[in-house]
Order: sequence, then C-alpha cells, then structure tokens
Amino acid sequence: MLFRVAEWLGGKALGATRRLGRTGVFLSSAVRNAVVPPYRGREIVKQIHFIGVKSLFVIVLTAAFTGMVLSLQGYYTLRKFGSEGLLGAVVALSLIRELGPVLTALMVTGRAGSALTAEIGIMRIGEQIDSLETMGIDPVRFLVAPRFVAALVSVPLLTAIFDVVGIYGGYLVGVKLLGLDPGQYFGHMRSSVELVDVINGVWKSIAFSLLIVWVCTFKGFFTERGAEGVSRATTSAVVISSVLVLVGDYVLTSVLL
Amino acid sequence: MSDPGIPCEPCSVGPPGDPEGEPILRLEGVETVLEGKKVLDHIDLDVPRNRITAIIGLSGAGKSVLLRHMIGLMKPDRGRVLLDGADLMKYSRKELFEVRKRFGMLFQSGALFDSLDVFENVAFPLREKTNLDETGIRERVRVILRKVGLEGSEEKFPDELSGGMVRRVALARAMVMDPEIILLDEPTTGLDPIIRNSILNLICRTYQDHKFTMVMISHDIPDIFHWCHHVVVVHGGKVIEAGSPEAVRNSTNPFVRQLVEGDIHGPVQLM
Ligand SMILES: Nc1ncnc2c1ncn2[C@@H]1O[C@H](COP(=O)(O)OP(=O)(O)OP(=O)(O)O)[C@@H](O)[C@H]1O
Ligand SMILES: [Mg+2]
Repeated sequence: MLFRVAEWLGGKALGATRRLGRTGVFLSSAVRNAVVPPYRGREIVKQIHFIGVKSLFVIVLTAAFTGMVLSLQGYYTLRKFGSEGLLGAVVALSLIRELGPVLTALMVTGRAGSALTAEIGIMRIGEQIDSLETMGIDPVRFLVAPRFVAALVSVPLLTAIFDVVGIYGGYLVGVKLLGLDPGQYFGHMRSSVELVDVINGVWKSIAFSLLIVWVCTFKGFFTERGAEGVSRATTSAVVISSVLVLVGDYVLTSVLL
Repeated sequence: MSDPGIPCEPCSVGPPGDPEGEPILRLEGVETVLEGKKVLDHIDLDVPRNRITAIIGLSGAGKSVLLRHMIGLMKPDRGRVLLDGADLMKYSRKELFEVRKRFGMLFQSGALFDSLDVFENVAFPLREKTNLDETGIRERVRVILRKVGLEGSEEKFPDELSGGMVRRVALARAMVMDPEIILLDEPTTGLDPIIRNSILNLICRTYQDHKFTMVMISHDIPDIFHWCHHVVVVHGGKVIEAGSPEAVRNSTNPFVRQLVEGDIHGPVQLM
C-alpha cells in the first residue's frame, strides 16, 4: 500500500518535472528562433496586425472606462481629504504603474491569446504541424517565433495607448464632468509621475507579453485529442495566462519598487 | 474520364527485378508503446530501394504509426530506424530536417494548411525549400494539379473541398518536389473508382519516370497487388508477412489468407 502511494507520488512528480522541462525547452527554442535570422517579416507583420491592431478597439474602450471610473472614485475619495487637486497624479500613476500593463495583458489574453492557442491547436490536431515537420520546416520557427516577436512588439505599444487613453478618460470625468481645473489635473501629474514609473510599466508589459505568448502558443502546440482537446487547451491557456499575469504583477511590483 | 489531364491507359509498375543495393529504409526490432498499449511490437522491416512497397492490414493495426516512424516523426521506445544505414534517432533536429528533404509524405487526414488555398498548399514546399521564381512555381503547380485532375480548383480553400479532393491536393503536395522517398498514408481511400484508378496510374507513371522509392498504405485489396513490387502485412503491431505480391497472395498464414480474400470467417472475428 505504502509502495503504491510512493509510486503514484513519484509518477506524478516525474510527470510534472517533465512538463516543466518541456515548457522550458519550448521557450528557449521559441526565443532563439525569434532572435536568430532569417526573420519571417511578412508573418510577423500579419501577427502584429492580429495581436496588436485588432485589439486596438477593445483596448481603447477598456482604457477609457478604466480612466473614467478611476477618476470618479478618486475624486470622491480625495475630496474627503480636501486634496482633489491630486486627481491627475492618482489616475496617471495607477494607470502607468499597474492598471495599464495588467489590464492590457488581460484583454490581449482574452482577445488574441485564446485565438492563438486555438489556431495552433487546430493545426496540431489536423496534423498540419507534423506536415511542416515532414517538409523539413521547424514548426517552432515557422509558427511560434513570429507570434513571439509580434506579441513583444504589440503589447507594450497597446499598454502605452491604454495609459494615454485612460488618462484622457480620467480627464473627461475629472475636469469636464466634475469641474476640476485642467491645469491642476495635468500639473500634478507632470510633477509626480517620474521616468522610473514609466520604465517600470514598460518592463511589466514586456514581461506580460512574453508570459501570454509563451503560455498560449505552448498550450496550442501540445494540444491532444481532437476538438475537445483544443477547447480544453484554449480555456486553460486563458486561465493560466491571466493568473500568471496577476501573480507576476505582484512579484514584479515587489522587485521593481 | 473527361479530364484529359488524367492518364487513363493502364500502366504497370513492372516486375520488382533484383533489389537495387541495400534497402533504403530498414526497421530493426522497433517497439513503441503509446498510452500503455504496445502499438508496434518488434517490427523488422526492409523497404527496398526504388520500388513501390504496399503496407496492408486491418484498421488499427499500426500502419500509420509505422509510417510516422519511417520519417522520424515518432521515436521508437526500442529498436532502430535506419535510412541508408544511418540511425534516424541519432540525428540532431537540424540534421533530421535536412534528411527530410528527401521525403514527401501524404497524411491520412490530408493535413492541408487551412489558411492557404489549393494552389498555395501545393506551392508551399516549393516556396519554402527551393529558389524557384514565381513563374517556375506557377508552372510546376499547374502541371501537378492537372495531373491529379484538379485544374480549376486552385483558389478553393481546404474546407471547400470534398474528401477525395483533399487527398489529391495532399498527393500533389507530397509529389511536387520530386522526392526520392514518398510515404503515402491511404492515397486512394475515399476516392471513386475512376479517380482512384487514375491516381494509381499517375503514381505508376511518375514511378516510371523517376524511379522513386514509395511506401503506400492501402485498403484496396487485392487491387493494390497490381500496383506494387513488395507487400508488407501488419497485424497487431507485428509484421506477419512480407514479400512479393505473388508470395503474399499465396501465403498460408490464415490471417493473411482471410485479409486477402476478405473472408468474414477466419482468425479475425468481428461479430
Ligand atoms: N497518438 C496516439 N496516441 C495513442 N495511441 C495511438 C496514437 N496514434 C495511434 N494510436 C493507437 O495505435 C494503434 C494503431 O494506430 P494506427 O493509426 O497506426 O492504425 P492504422 O493501422 O493506420 O489504422 P487505419 O487503417 O484505421 O488508419 C491504434 O490502436 C491507435 O489507437
Ligand atoms: Mg492509418
């Protein structure tokens, strides 16, 4: 009985280690292929269009409402302490340091990450990836590397757009709706947001983009068992990416602060 | 057949003759376990060079898995797969990609890229693996699509094709590079008899021109015996008979007899 339990535990541990090793090998191979030329320029542009351009609408929408609600909440909280003048600084700092990178990453996961997993997963179960292999084409180089590059380019840019739109959303509510002085809104922002805040935000968005594209392409690449497998891979890719983004955000914040 | 592109006259692959040197592919004691099930059970098998080999056997016998081993898509748990005497498993990934340039493969499912239309699917290996210019590519693809009777379907996408059309596009893609070794997983399943015979004719004619090595999985028994030099019978992950079509036809093994005659009585009982 005891042996059985030990055997079972050992088997589980071995399996987990093997899976972890596989994700590591996958990541290093993807990054190597993304960095070493020749590059698949056309495919990269296509993927930037898919991950970046097509996410623009959702990002602008979420950013605007996030900025607006931040402003609304912030205004009433700050007013209790008589410092509603600081609203611009509060909105900008929250967006640049936290909400911009995190919410952009979550939105991209939902919109593009899931599609990435499904697309590659369908290619796996349809033997299209095997087919590439038999033609002597490295599927990681062909399919995964361009998506890595595209995500690393798109997500930080989307984050920047999120921040700007969010700040203007906050401006709309704070200044136009609640009647704050525009000079005050932007003045405090300029004096309290430092370069290091922006740089840390950029680091976060780079880290998140890598996390998302890694998890989503990996899940698709190793899909098993037909259509049900694809749906399972897609769900778990979205859940794992989202959780990792939030956990990673805490870790990064504590390191970068 | 109305399409002039498909050859209709009977063609013959000719007698096997003496073997041309060493077998091109050799499997030695190959064993593979998938999810606790021994799918290949000590397979010893030679694929004669520049000949057409047919693999036959029941559904689930392990034929497709066997074919995947021949091109290094699956690794055996035990045993070796030798290509020109060199162990495929000893190659690095990069070397393996290089070696695979000698192969063309048709998957049982077709495995067409569904983001590309028929033309681009067939042109794909040419674009990726040769320096042909656009005119050269167009010409090559046009010729081969005419041969498989798919002229005029260039702009269709895989989801707009019938099963038989998918198979023919996949066949065109497998042959467009004039590979030295062609692996075909059921090239004729799901085709109507006229198209099936024209495809077999096409394979035969291309063989006469290029003298490639081909391994073809087929359920067309006994027809397939006319279209190959060497037959391998797989059952339950084992090779139970291998030899010339004549030898296999006259085999005394009760299972082979049942398979060749399509008898419902015999060692395999389904009902
Ligand atoms: N990826 C896999 N994982 C687990 N088992 C597999 C896998 N691929 C094949 N098998 C099993 O291996 C056995 C042989 O499968 P294979 O596809 O080689 O059969 P086949 O001879 O090609 O049959 P068919 O004529 O129906 O195509 C089957 O029992 C199948 O369940
Ligand atoms: Mg099969």
